[in-house]
Parts: sequence; structure tokens; C-alpha cells
Amino acid sequence: MPSLKQLSSEKDLFTYGHRACAGCAASIILRQVALVAGKNTIFVGATGCMEVVSTIFPYTAWKVPFLHNAFENSAATGSGIETTYRSLKKRGKITKKINVIAFGGDGGTYDIGFQSLSGAMERRHDMLYLCYNNEAYMNTGIQRSSATPFGAHTTTSPAGTVIPGKQQFPKDLTEAIAAHDIPYVAQAAPHNWADFTKKVEKALTIEGPTFINVLSPCPLGWVYPPHLSIKMSKLAAETCFWPLYEVENGIHKINFKPREKKPLIEWTKLQGRFRHLLSESNKHIVEEAQKEVDRKWNRLLKMAEAKI
Amino acid sequence: MKKGWKELPIGTQIIKPGSSEDFKTGDWRIEKPIIDFDKCIHCLICWIYCPDSSIYVNDNKVTGINYDFCKGCAICAEECPKDAITMQSEVESE
Repeated sequence: MPSLKQLSSEKDLFTYGHRACAGCAASIILRQVALVAGKNTIFVGATGCMEVVSTIFPYTAWKVPFLHNAFENSAATGSGIETTYRSLKKRGKITKKINVIAFGGDGGTYDIGFQSLSGAMERRHDMLYLCYNNEAYMNTGIQRSSATPFGAHTTTSPAGTVIPGKQQFPKDLTEAIAAHDIPYVAQAAPHNWADFTKKVEKALTIEGPTFINVLSPCPLGWVYPPHLSIKMSKLAAETCFWPLYEVENGIHKINFKPREKKPLIEWTKLQGRFRHLLSESNKHIVEEAQKEVDRKWNRLLKMAEAKI
Repeated sequence: MKKGWKELPIGTQIIKPGSSEDFKTGDWRIEKPIIDFDKCIHCLICWIYCPDSSIYVNDNKVTGINYDFCKGCAICAEECPKDAITMQSEVESE
């Protein structure tokens, strides 16, 4: 794992001047990924916040090749690049090692890009897929996605007298991709940069498809002041809403176990999208959400213990 | 930059890498971070968490802030373990 001192001597390949909101965690994530991946990397971005803010014509924040295709096919585009690279290598036209990193937001990964991602993983392309999960369609104005947590207010699951926010639990994409039996699947968060950069480094050295799902707190959509982005990420891990773990060759390993598991409300009460959950009448929603978090965490603990 | 469609690169490729460095985002800021170098221990925490790569680091030491691009999100001030970074209103500092 590179230390901060080693990393700081590297040049930023995702540079300033991009137009992400102040305090955007997704730009921290991409910066950290680009630092670790190095200059022999090709990035592919699905339509979404990070594509829109980083490549507004005629400006680009990338100092490495970046390709945007469409919303649903960043994994397919990545697999095309990887296949071309393999072919060129076979014919001796290229000798150096090149990393292919495809990324997308939760909309472009959980929902719209799911089939192309599933296909790329099944075809065993040697690439890393990175999902920065901000838990809704933030770029288009905060619509619910299948990653939006239970009880969260979005413009298409508005909290009011009829419903108290989103009515469904989020899809567990990390496990869904792990079910593809690929060599490496991980879940990470930007506050733990050491764990995250280590996972990216590991994913890039492993041959075959790898997938990392990163939580990306969003000041705009989660409704909190921008300076709390890293705190939000930290609390999500400490409440076990977003456990940091990896699945290597089918074996679960938890990378961070909080000393004291905090109640979910510690995390939700700081966010405007859960504001309605603070009222007495919505107490059952909080309890239900807590129960689901506990269930998943206990399941994960058991899996890690049994080494499955 | 005014160009007709004939002068634009095919497929609207952006040929210059990192050209966003010409687009200053510093004027978005309402509060500016100020580093107290007496307190700073050069742990580089602010540098790794800065979304806009706006902390200058030279030879493993924090040397300053790039105010041309800092958007004033105050993550650095919040996360600094030594509270060496404070936020000052842009209006007052003028």
C-alpha cells in the first residue's frame, strides 16, 4: 500500500478545474483512483455526475485517456478497449501494461448499466469496474435509484403525508457482482483512503474482472453542508450501513469492524433527505431500517467467520 | 474560444490533457481556508481529501493552497487533526 508521502510525490491525473460541486466526494474518489492507477490507464465513464463535470467541452480534467460513450455501456466500452489491447499485444504492437478502469455512478451501474456490467464480468475481461455510489440520480436532480436507501427523500420518492420516503430497500449490488464468481469484489469508502487505495491497487494487479463499489456522499442530494462529506462516509462505515469488505475468490473478508457499532440514526440525523424520520410518527421507519442494517451486518459477520 | 465546426476535432475529442486547468473555479468560494503553519504537522490529510487538488505539496510538506481552484468546501478545515486550517469569509478578507 502506498503511503501518503509516496502518493503526494505522484502527479494528479484527475486535476483541478473540474466542475463538481464543492465538497463532492466522487471527485475525491476519482482523484485517489487516478493517483494509484498511474499514467498507463484508460478511463471509461458512464454518463453521470463525474462524466459531466470532468469533460465539459473544450475542457477535460483528465490527464490520461478518457472515453465517454453512453449511460448504459461503460462496462461494454471498457471491455472493447481491453479486447483491442489484448489483440494489439498479441500482435506485438504494444508491450507495456495498460489498466482499463470503467466507472459509473449508481444510476449507470445499479440500474441502467447493469446488463453491460454483468456481461463484461461474465466474459472475464481484465478490467476494473468502479461504482461511485451516491445513492440516487444526483446529476439529473435527485431521482430515486435502486441504490437509494429505505426511507430517503428524493424527488421521485418524496416524503410527505402519503409516503415517508423510498419504500424499498436498496439492491445489494456488491453481492450481486460477487455472485458472478469474479476474482475480486470490494466495497470501500473515501474516508478510509488507505483501505480504498489498497483495494484499487489490488484490483489492478489481479488478472480478470474486478469490481469496487465506493460510497460517495453527495452534499446536494443528501442535503448536508459540504464540509461533512468525509464525516458522512466515516459514519456510514461506523454504523455498518456501508461495511468495508472484500470478496476475494469467493471468500468474504471484513476490512473494518467498528469498535462500537453506532445506531443508524447517528448517520441519518445529519442528512436532510432523512429529516422526516426524526418525527415521532416515522419512528417505525427508522426501526425497520436499523433492523435491515443489523440483518445484513450479522450475515456478513457470519460469512466472514465461516470464510465463505 | 470561437471555432466553427470545420476547425473542431473529429468526434469532439479534447486534445489537450488537463485543459480544465485553464478554467478557474476559485470564484465559487464564499469562505477561504487559511493554513496556520505553526500548527501544521504536514500529515497530508488535507491533501488526500481535497476534491479539487488545491493543496500545494512540495517534498512531502504542505506549502499552501491554490486559491484559483479551491471551491471552499472546508473539508480540509473539518478533517485537519490539528485544527490548523480555519475558514475565513471572502467578504471580510477583501
